[in-house]
Amino acid sequence: MYQYDKYDQTMIDQRVAQFRDQTRRFLAGELTEEQFRPLRLMNGLYIQIHAPMLRVAIPYGMMSSRQVRKIAEVARRYDKGYVHFTTRQNFQMNWPKLEEVPDILAELASVQMHAIQSSGNCIRNTTSDQLAGVNANEIEDPRPWAEIIRQWSTFHPEFAYLPRKFKIAVVGSKEDRAATKLHDIGLHLVKNHEGAVGFEVLVGGGLGRTPIIGEQIRPFLEKQDLLSYLEAILRVYNRLGRRDNKYKARIKITVREHGINHIRELVEAEWVHIRDQLKLDSKEIERVKQYFTEPAYERDVADSDSSFTELLAQDKEFALWVKQNTADHKIPGYRAAYVSLKKPGQAPGDITSEQLEVVADLADEFSFSEVRSTHTQNLVYTDVKQADLYALWLRLNAEGLATPNINTLTDIICCPGLDYCGLANATSIPLSKGIAQRFDDLDYLHDLGDIKIKFSGCMNGCAHQSVGHIGILGVDKKGEEWYQFTLGGSSEADASLGERLGRAIPKEEVIDTVAHLLDAYIDLRHDDESFLATVRRVGVDPFKERVYAEDH
Amino acid sequence: MQKIIKDREIVEDNWQHLDDEAALVAGNITVSITRWQEQHETLSHHEGGLGIRLSGDDPLEEIIPDLGRFQLVVLLFPAFTDGRCYSYARLLRDRYHYKGEVRAQGDVLYDQLFYMSQCGFNSFELANPNRLTQALAAFDDFSESYQATVLRPEPLYRRR
Repeated sequence: MYQYDKYDQTMIDQRVAQFRDQTRRFLAGELTEEQFRPLRLMNGLYIQIHAPMLRVAIPYGMMSSRQVRKIAEVARRYDKGYVHFTTRQNFQMNWPKLEEVPDILAELASVQMHAIQSSGNCIRNTTSDQLAGVNANEIEDPRPWAEIIRQWSTFHPEFAYLPRKFKIAVVGSKEDRAATKLHDIGLHLVKNHEGAVGFEVLVGGGLGRTPIIGEQIRPFLEKQDLLSYLEAILRVYNRLGRRDNKYKARIKITVREHGINHIRELVEAEWVHIRDQLKLDSKEIERVKQYFTEPAYERDVADSDSSFTELLAQDKEFALWVKQNTADHKIPGYRAAYVSLKKPGQAPGDITSEQLEVVADLADEFSFSEVRSTHTQNLVYTDVKQADLYALWLRLNAEGLATPNINTLTDIICCPGLDYCGLANATSIPLSKGIAQRFDDLDYLHDLGDIKIKFSGCMNGCAHQSVGHIGILGVDKKGEEWYQFTLGGSSEADASLGERLGRAIPKEEVIDTVAHLLDAYIDLRHDDESFLATVRRVGVDPFKERVYAEDH
Repeated sequence: MQKIIKDREIVEDNWQHLDDEAALVAGNITVSITRWQEQHETLSHHEGGLGIRLSGDDPLEEIIPDLGRFQLVVLLFPAFTDGRCYSYARLLRDRYHYKGEVRAQGDVLYDQLFYMSQCGFNSFELANPNRLTQALAAFDDFSESYQATVLRPEPLYRRR
């Protein structure tokens, strides 16, 4: 993975010093709350219901075992001994003390981590595919490009006070595990007719109150022009984006109001001027790429290993975990293995310091000392030898990190909700836990197959409910918590927005409603048709009838 | 006379910012873009320095043909969160090669000075004029930038 040189390290150290001084001036009354607000936000610090919340960036999800141990240490020393992984591959601490945040940031800086631009109206952490570099279907590894974007966007002096937050995601294969179509800018590495690799550029995707799927602004961008094109889009947006209404300030609204063709004309006109100035040279591209070369894989491990197949046959629980929680690898004899942070009864995405330390040890033992965070709030070891999977599973299982539920109903994406978040209208975590506990029968879960539930506690939609196969949105009705269901959304290559099921449902009926939807699916599906395919084929009406039947 | 920061020093401001209705005075004056466009002829004969004031709502490109007439361009920040004029400053410097003074006025705070100077501002009327000495330190918050900026036209990736 990328290693800081003296430039990178100096800049984050100076950032810590700058924020330490800003915090001091705020506590001394020299900065008003209003003046301090954007400064703390650009260092990932929110003021929430119970305490500040600190969001730390994990660029494109990559962590070394050393960084994971530091996260564990910081969470134990400055927080309550656990952290929460988010849908943008970052993690959050829910109970830090404001006056200690500069110390936390200094600790993180010692292992090349930071909270820079993890909030605020600026360019946020760049995200990517958690299987980047190991996926056999990849056109090119997106991580060097994500790192190049990280550096360009970090402390960009022109784009620190944008109309609204700005999120960029980049993927290198057709399967989209980073929800790129729902980002302000989505970048896909693609091959053109001549066989050259470049970027397809999408713009104006986003979730929140007005979910919109991004539109193509350029079918093919040569790689060396990446930064100039991004800069052109950002400059157009910085000038044109609305600043009169924060709900209309995202670039998705700018694109919708002006039309993609007009935006394209403006961007291309701007781009002509800066294209040469910001051209990436091959020296820099190679410099960054050398940090993402293949680890020292052992070759021919698949042929020499018969124990794996034997264990699969002997141990049903292990076999189930391999089937559900591991993924194919481009090198025969290796697999990617997920660490499930969705054990029924725990808050989705949460992990304790003790568990993090085990995760770090296992990374050292089994996966070249690296582990990654995923868009779905889990972790993944990307380079595990098949022959090591059993030992890995035993250890993960002992820590409660091996629930075989990746991509199943109980792999719920969920926001913090009313329990933690100052914006939320309704509870989300307790109901997610309830759903996971109600549907804990593994045979039933695996029979249901790939069903993505996304659960947000308010219309800001942090859990991306509008692109859930089943989306659940908490709303406030006269002080009571109600829930609006949508069906048929997707954040992947076939991205679509879910359709409303019907009127909102009271809190006590949410779990039963999920049960009704699943029953309806089982009745309606053809053979092994997935939930999403079934909804797309029959529409929401048959599901609606089942859920609201008792009203007739 | 008001004190401002110019080229990293605290100096007396020798400009007067005239309202659209105010009578013309001798010496260095700035006018709004509206007044410039309406009184183009009269103002062209002004003895003393002439400057223009713009906010992010104003069309920057319309004043470009006249840029040579102005010794000062004042860019207005109605709120420090309104970042449009960062792009204006860069365009003035990078694209239109403006060599005169580019000044930030309005809700200009200590913590914005580093980014503003990287974008090409070289003078600052701070919202709080009592902390000018302290504010001088802000220009050194960072010793490097990844990006191509007005102060460092070559991005870090060409220098490392």
